[in-house]
Amino acid sequence: MAGNVWVVAEQWKGSVSDATYEALALGRDLAEGLGARLEAVLLGQGVRALADSLGRADAVLYVDHPALAEGTGEQTSRALAALAAERSPALILVPTTNVSWDLLGLLPARLGVPLVNFCRQATASGGAVEFSSLLYGGKMAATLTAGDGTVVVAVLPGVRPAEAGKGGPPPQVEEVAVAFEAGDGVRWLEYEEPEAGDVDITQQEFLVAVGRGISNEANVEVAEELAAALGGAVCGSRPVIDQGWLPLVRQVGKSGVTVKPRLYVAAGISGAPEHVEGMKDAELIVAVNTDPGAPIFSVAHYGIVEDATDVLEALAEAVSKRKG
Amino acid sequence: MKILVLMKMVPDIVEELEVAADGRSLDQEYLRFIVNERDEYALEQALLLKDRLQATVVVVAPEAPEVDDVLFTARAKGADRLIKVVGLPAGAGARVTATALAATLPGVDGVLPADLVLSGCQSIDDLDGFVAPLLAAALGLPYLGLVSRVAVDAEGGKALLSKEYAGGVMGRFELSLPALVGIQGCEKPPRYVPVAKVRAAIAAGGIEEVAAAGGAGVAPLEIAAMAKPEAAGHAEMLEGSARDVAEKVADILAARGLL
Amino acid sequence: MAQATVLETPDVTLDGLLATPAGRQLLSCIQCGTCAGTCPYGDFMRYTPRRLIGMLREGFIEEVLSTDDLLTCVTCYDCWAKCPRGLRLTDVLLPAVKEQVLLRLPEVPAELQSALANTMRYGNPMGESPRKRAAWVESAGVPVPILRDLGRPVDVLWIVECYAAYYPRGQDNARATARILHALGVDFAILGNEEKCAGECARLVGEKGLFDTLREQNLATYAKYEFGSLLTCDPHAFDAFAFVYPALGLAQPVDHTTPFVASRLDALRPRLTKDLGYKITYHDSCVLGRHNHMHDEPRRLLEAIPGVSLVEMTHNRDNTICCGGGGGGMWLDTFYKAKGYPRLSDRRVEEALATGADVLAVSCPYEVPRFEDSLKVLGGDDRMVVRDVMELVAEALAD
Repeated sequence: MAGNVWVVAEQWKGSVSDATYEALALGRDLAEGLGARLEAVLLGQGVRALADSLGRADAVLYVDHPALAEGTGEQTSRALAALAAERSPALILVPTTNVSWDLLGLLPARLGVPLVNFCRQATASGGAVEFSSLLYGGKMAATLTAGDGTVVVAVLPGVRPAEAGKGGPPPQVEEVAVAFEAGDGVRWLEYEEPEAGDVDITQQEFLVAVGRGISNEANVEVAEELAAALGGAVCGSRPVIDQGWLPLVRQVGKSGVTVKPRLYVAAGISGAPEHVEGMKDAELIVAVNTDPGAPIFSVAHYGIVEDATDVLEALAEAVSKRKG
Repeated sequence: MKILVLMKMVPDIVEELEVAADGRSLDQEYLRFIVNERDEYALEQALLLKDRLQATVVVVAPEAPEVDDVLFTARAKGADRLIKVVGLPAGAGARVTATALAATLPGVDGVLPADLVLSGCQSIDDLDGFVAPLLAAALGLPYLGLVSRVAVDAEGGKALLSKEYAGGVMGRFELSLPALVGIQGCEKPPRYVPVAKVRAAIAAGGIEEVAAAGGAGVAPLEIAAMAKPEAAGHAEMLEGSARDVAEKVADILAARGLL
Repeated sequence: MAQATVLETPDVTLDGLLATPAGRQLLSCIQCGTCAGTCPYGDFMRYTPRRLIGMLREGFIEEVLSTDDLLTCVTCYDCWAKCPRGLRLTDVLLPAVKEQVLLRLPEVPAELQSALANTMRYGNPMGESPRKRAAWVESAGVPVPILRDLGRPVDVLWIVECYAAYYPRGQDNARATARILHALGVDFAILGNEEKCAGECARLVGEKGLFDTLREQNLATYAKYEFGSLLTCDPHAFDAFAFVYPALGLAQPVDHTTPFVASRLDALRPRLTKDLGYKITYHDSCVLGRHNHMHDEPRRLLEAIPGVSLVEMTHNRDNTICCGGGGGGMWLDTFYKAKGYPRLSDRRVEEALATGADVLAVSCPYEVPRFEDSLKVLGGDDRMVVRDVMELVAEALAD
């Protein structure tokens, strides 16, 4: 596998994401394993200063263009495809977050190269790279290779600690002028912040999270009782927000928020990667699920195979009694 | 106005997934297939737009086990035309599917050009890519994914979309039609349709079968092995009735000064 | 007194009703309002049976069919039992009307939608894998043969049904029942993974297409085997097998476990050696009790247990108060709550607590979770427990 290892630096609303540093840490290991350079690719408008924090990379390739300002995949994929066609990197690591989602979707087609999706590990040896990807809601792991030539890799959050991708002196920045067809088929208008006035779950020390396994909306109340007893708040995984049992601001995970409370009780949550990425760093995770094979049990510190609502109820009582 | 909805089947993870004897693929014996959840939201969005804009809705799906039920259910919910693409190689991934659809659909009467193409922007088996954006790129349609609200200004030839970002932030975008939109959610969950209506749709029949046209693709990914993921760790399991475990958990919390 | 009989399904139009005997009978309603008065949700229902029939006769039925009001009916058979003309309200009129309502509803309440979709796809409303339907057998403590593996005819095909197969408290009932059948030397088997929901509650909530599909699938499965009779612990399944499946070919008789075991009391009595010392109040279920009038059998069984004394609640036998779970009610709690309806199971448990009994005995699997919930909510779970009759009998069984 010839060529450098690239990491797409995900910048949005003026800052570089944690997922970028995680990908840089992985990129560093792969670059070393391949005997290649690690280059961070920064796309945007007027964000050159963000390159300073990408010190784990040997260099930063910076593309400045108005069409790239909001990181819209339609444009970033064209710019990146043009750049990659010139430079032929071995790997293009892209963080898997909402910001880069469309880039991951479009880049492989524009560049005519394979994509390895949902990558949670990659190792380089003997000039080749072996990937491990999670499939089927986290229930299966596939070990695979992608052949020679450039490969785009969608890096799952948590693949490395973000800290391992930080540090190092501000890297050399090469501002590159890339010719690409910007197009105006997709136009960003504005961002809408979520309605305030509700609880900010990222500030809570105790979170009781509910998923599909609580069976119905009425049982959210049981979670509220436990949250109240603990002095915290209720949050949820995507399915309960989709159903309207909790408002969007309570969603933990990919399209929601990342939380790091002292206690996270996951009730009736299967533990699919999109949720886990939002809560895996909680100090203490207690998970309840009727399926002993639920992926959440790999992330939790304590696990209970029981009906979620029953346990929430019993726990609310037990906690209230202890607190007097 | 014409709306095309792409749907596909994925393994149903309600069933235990097992690895086949070859060690590299899913065991098929008890495997069932279910419609990709995000595609159901795409269909729901299309049906809402159909009501609002008097549009026609064409549903296309690659052949797979249990796909006929999904197509007939779409008809029962209000889809106008059902197309099944047959002849795709077994185990075709997202790349092959998107390339085949891009080669096939232009040759089917009355399908393209569509004003709007909707499809789920992800599924649980997208190892080698997401079908929706791959198809958009192949068809040369502007694309936006992770969309959970769609409004259409038919006269102005554009769609107004809300795209999901972290933390509940929504990005508002405008797309020039024709376009392909990757759906993540919808303003309401997918509607229910009584079984009697689905049975009536099945009895009426009417799924058009279309042979997949070929297309060159990229070299496929080589799966060396598939296995249940080894967890980096595993939870310490607490046994007993709900009451028992609640006491145990309360003990643990108290010991850590969390109460 | 109204008698349960075999079912017809007329169209909900004047012509449709005139075309069947049950339908013509419905049109002879005298508008007395007893149905509305006895309905547990009568205060909340806009279109009680009386009003429904009145509007049908006057040509205004479409107004009824375009609302979600009929989802309030929990098919408790109270109106059916009390109607002075014996009109086929709960078993004929209401499901037919609800079928039309479901066809018109712009949005089906999420929990109900989930239960129906799961039942269609997985054969159970929980959405659990069909392959786990017999998982409870491993811990039964006695042999529970699977008919397909047995390879011979059996006397009794025991249809365990969804809640007993998948819910922990239901599985307690299943294991108890297995022990009792074993102690009685009954030649029985279960279908295991081949079993699917009988579909009666889907039928009662108006999902006739789902019921018809399940009935077809189940009859095809049963037809593969030879068995003398059906047995079930689920009163709703009992109704389906007794009154609706025969029209499409089910020839074998069906029993519910409680009267089945009660009729073998002489053989069982010597084995009931443990003194339980419980004061028990028995809750008559809407289907086993009010619809099928099987009031004495469970009481005889309970009285045969050493140390048991029975005390009656205020509303008993045909006057029993519904737990709220039938006819889709099991999956409409959120819907009822949003409308501000009280929980029927709370009312019933209050009556139970007033008797001072230690145990609230039931014989329908919906009742256990619903009454246990209410006990907790009412703070009575420190002085009363809910047990199925089978659990109590098994508890008294010698080892």
